[in-house]
Amino acid sequence: MTSRSDSMFGSKRKVGAARLHVSGKHREWLLAYACLSLWFIGFMILQAGAMVYSFLLSFFHADMLTPARFIGLANYQRMLGDSLFLKSLGVTSRYALAAVPLGVTLSLLVALMLNEKLPAQGVWRTLFYVPSVVSGIAVAILWGWMFNPSVGLINSGLAVFGIQGPRWLASEQWALPAFVIMSLWGVGGNMLLYLAGLQSIPTDLYEAAKIDGATAASRFWHVTLPMLSPTLFFTTVMGIIAAFQLFTEPYVMTGGGPNNATLTAVLQIYRVSFEQFRFGYASVLAWILFAIILLCTLLVFRSSALWVYYEAELRK
Amino acid sequence: MPRTLDAKHFQAHPSDWFPRYQHRAGRILLRVLLLALVAAGAFLFLLPLAWMVSTAGKAPSLTWKVPPVWIPPDYKWQNFVESWNMLPFPRFYYNTITITLLSVAGVLVSSSLAAFAFARLKFPGRDMLFLLVLAVLMLPGQITMIPVYILYTKLGLVNTHPSLYLQSWLGDAFSIFMLRQFFMTIPLDLDDAARIDGASRFGVFLRIIVPLSKPALAVVAIFQFTFMWNNFFRPLIYINDLRLFPVALALRLFQDETRIDLQYMMAQTVVFVVPVLILFFVAQRFFIQGIVITGVKG
Repeated sequence: MTSRSDSMFGSKRKVGAARLHVSGKHREWLLAYACLSLWFIGFMILQAGAMVYSFLLSFFHADMLTPARFIGLANYQRMLGDSLFLKSLGVTSRYALAAVPLGVTLSLLVALMLNEKLPAQGVWRTLFYVPSVVSGIAVAILWGWMFNPSVGLINSGLAVFGIQGPRWLASEQWALPAFVIMSLWGVGGNMLLYLAGLQSIPTDLYEAAKIDGATAASRFWHVTLPMLSPTLFFTTVMGIIAAFQLFTEPYVMTGGGPNNATLTAVLQIYRVSFEQFRFGYASVLAWILFAIILLCTLLVFRSSALWVYYEAELRK
Repeated sequence: MPRTLDAKHFQAHPSDWFPRYQHRAGRILLRVLLLALVAAGAFLFLLPLAWMVSTAGKAPSLTWKVPPVWIPPDYKWQNFVESWNMLPFPRFYYNTITITLLSVAGVLVSSSLAAFAFARLKFPGRDMLFLLVLAVLMLPGQITMIPVYILYTKLGLVNTHPSLYLQSWLGDAFSIFMLRQFFMTIPLDLDDAARIDGASRFGVFLRIIVPLSKPALAVVAIFQFTFMWNNFFRPLIYINDLRLFPVALALRLFQDETRIDLQYMMAQTVVFVVPVLILFFVAQRFFIQGIVITGVKG
């Protein structure tokens, strides 16, 4: 037994020793702030502080070699006329517009198929998920060679059906579609989410629908999809954010070409920052990209009232 | 919570959208078709990986052959050894491993502490601060990347390993969020019991919360490991010295303008991918739990 008198709600007093009397409540606060200190330092310096700094930087000409020079809105004006950056926004938007809906649809289809009773179900699900564990640079290297017009797997596969494959990464037209196709390889992650979502749809809803005479298609549209819509919403938003930040693959596979057909926004920002060292201008570009992503996300949020159905709102 | 991807745990509510035919034969046929479709899909999905492994073992003349030879008559295991010796891979893997492990340790420590504060402690500003944690999740890295780079330059951290893992020691918003949600599922009774027995609040964290949170901590560790192992962007920006390259950067060294040894590149890519794959197969249920925790909550 200890010689301390202790109470759960008050302070501990050591018998016979002088001790600073701090109330239990305040000790809790101190502990909390101590636990949060690492995160808070990181937040203030690397997040909030960085955002403020980045915003301020956008009004300067800063290249780290010469002293920073205040130039007001000149960077913003330059951005409006920067055809290369505007092109990169177009490329990124087209990529997101294609990759996100296709990815969501394909993951949903696969999830629906794998939700049925099939032999060796676990094996199939694992096989579909494994590719999404391989990421970033490995994917870029592998698919860079898969799309090789002469010896790559894609064109070899097409040749089996007698189709002459395009020049993919060497073709202005087909380079971006190549990236979209590549992104579909990672549907495993979303597939798992949809599987979990599908599992949690109560069967009595389907029973009720059947009693009302609903067809299979109708059951899908009026039971499955609405009940799955929160998950679909989540993956759509996450997908948009990720699609707009595509960098590693274009950097490694095409360097943004051919003729800037795969120049994504982040790739261009990277170039302006770390190849041209125009940090002030790069900050403007980063903020514009952020604004666009925010806008798209807000649009999806707003539209969600129309198509996302939250069980909890009605039942509870 | 599903533990593995097998039927036993996942069949609580079979989705009922599938048309049910009256005749058993029709149903069986449909199931067979579905199985064929699934098998074809899985086969297609694995094809790139198979091609990668197959190409890794080819003699130089075979790599460029079309249509591709799937199983080289003589699988050249020495490709792995030769490509390993062409570049200082032991050094590269040492770099990758240290960076990754230090980063995982950092995330575990800093995020679990913060999550503990949010989940168990009462203090002014708690809810507002938690909102700030969540707000960070929306932040695209590109905005903070430049000021952080400038800061690190001024601190002399560019071209050092700490520039890659230091941030992990300052908390990760996603991990804090996930751990806080998990901590809140641990019954308060356990905390109270420990406190009655004389434990301090921090003692409760060390002796109750942490041991009971091993699954969630495992998920955080696995995700961070995978992220840092594959991370390309940060090393690209910060590391110029070849000796400090992680493998992710080093792989591109095989890509020479004049001469590309495809089999060597594929061999080392295979080696690079294998640890993460092994981690996945061993810790499968944690991967899945992690994905499901993040997404199903919406």
